[in-house]
Amino acid sequence: MTPRSIAVVGAAETTQMGKIPDVSVIGLHADAALNALADCGLKASDIDGVATAGESPVALAQYLGITPTWADGTAVGGCSFMLHVRHAAAAINEGLCTTVLITHGESGRSRIGGGRIPQGPASLFGQFEAPFGPVGPPTLFTVPVLRYLKTYGLTEEDLAWPAVIQREWAAKNPRASYRDPITVDDVLSSPMIAWPFRKLMCCLVTDGGGALVLTSAERARDFPRPPVYILGTGESVETPMVSQMEDFTSSKAFRVSGQKAFREAGISHGDVDHLMIYDAFSHLPLYGLEDLGFCKPGEAAAFIRERNTAIGGKLPMNTNGGGLSYMHSGMYGMYALQESVRQMRGVAPAQVPGAKISVAHGVGGMFAASGTIIFTNEA
Amino acid sequence: MDRILPEPTPETQHFWDGCAAGELRLQRCTACSHVYFPPRPFCPACSSRAVEIFRASGRARLFSYVINHRPRPDMGDKPYAIAVVQLEEGPRMMTNITGCPQTPEALVLDMPVEVTFQSFGKISLPLFQPAGGAAQ
Repeated sequence: MTPRSIAVVGAAETTQMGKIPDVSVIGLHADAALNALADCGLKASDIDGVATAGESPVALAQYLGITPTWADGTAVGGCSFMLHVRHAAAAINEGLCTTVLITHGESGRSRIGGGRIPQGPASLFGQFEAPFGPVGPPTLFTVPVLRYLKTYGLTEEDLAWPAVIQREWAAKNPRASYRDPITVDDVLSSPMIAWPFRKLMCCLVTDGGGALVLTSAERARDFPRPPVYILGTGESVETPMVSQMEDFTSSKAFRVSGQKAFREAGISHGDVDHLMIYDAFSHLPLYGLEDLGFCKPGEAAAFIRERNTAIGGKLPMNTNGGGLSYMHSGMYGMYALQESVRQMRGVAPAQVPGAKISVAHGVGGMFAASGTIIFTNEA
Repeated sequence: MDRILPEPTPETQHFWDGCAAGELRLQRCTACSHVYFPPRPFCPACSSRAVEIFRASGRARLFSYVINHRPRPDMGDKPYAIAVVQLEEGPRMMTNITGCPQTPEALVLDMPVEVTFQSFGKISLPLFQPAGGAAQ
């Protein structure tokens, strides 16, 4: 896409976040959508493009009262919303629609009205992974990590630091689920989930949602909030089975998506003021920093430990506290995008002073997919 | 609780038939010689449909793993390793490591392992044990 041709004009999360036992999945989508529409002064009838994952775009459009000329139901896991932003930008530029609503809602904790369809026993996952005992993402997403640690001579402690530093960011966010400081010892003495992963290296399981409204940069100037422009976009997919990941020390989908976005944006890593890397588990910031090219292979752990991504560091990362401390409903990509937009609007609770370029990088499935969106607040 | 088992499809039947017969079967492209897994009737490296099935050596090394502490009733009540092995022929596969303690001390990356089959009625699962037989 052409850099700065499309902008986010509306952005909001659900009214409540954390534990919301009185709202269903589609209700969370709708609550986030209504908040995002109010944020940009539009009604549902002003929307002509819809995209969502975890819920059908058909159900979303009908529920909200939208008659779209463009719909996207791309569902590749938690980074689906990054892909929706990318697809929406192309659709608006191609004239397929003018104003796109992207929503996420998930009752991850309360499990009200919805839920994912598990892969059956005849799927490739059902035949070649499920029989060997995985119990959800904590036992699958984590499988490559011992190989990563051995390759670079790292330890459990290197998996603890991302959680410790992100908790410092969460302390500045009133909506974060966990805000009390933690130490490396706290992380390494938390309950064992799947060696070498302990509880505090794993994301939260909460309820919530978020929504975005996108339109052309030309129209974006007429909205109440300052536009947040899309500077670069990338996406890729690799494998539905973590065991078949090409390289256990690096995600091919991350590398392809990140390079595409950086090239499109025409920026270098030194231009980035703020970074979000989807952290379902504490190894993901390590893989992300390396695969996006911010660190050389094997050097991300030291980069984090030396406080480069912490408050006051040169590359503030996961400034909402991340999936480890802020919230994680199941498909966290939307919350990474929301924090990037807040930072570009200058209204984040832990605002990075003067930030002009923000990168939001997402993962889907267990290293199955990836999407990268680069934002700027400069026209 | 009964073990969660695979349901073979026409494209994978030969693999599960092999396991039931005590053979680990892989596929090889006769056009480009690429050896691959999981099963499919064409080569993922060059898209050729000219592929053959062959019996693999069963030799592998322990490539990576986690030791699961979350409950899964069909896997018993003790922590167990969910492992990936790298086969001598190249492909990697998820499996369990049997015949040794399920501890970080006993499960050393790159240790040689060999295939063994555990029967659950019509299905046999390919598991791996330390090479040279079970080392207790």
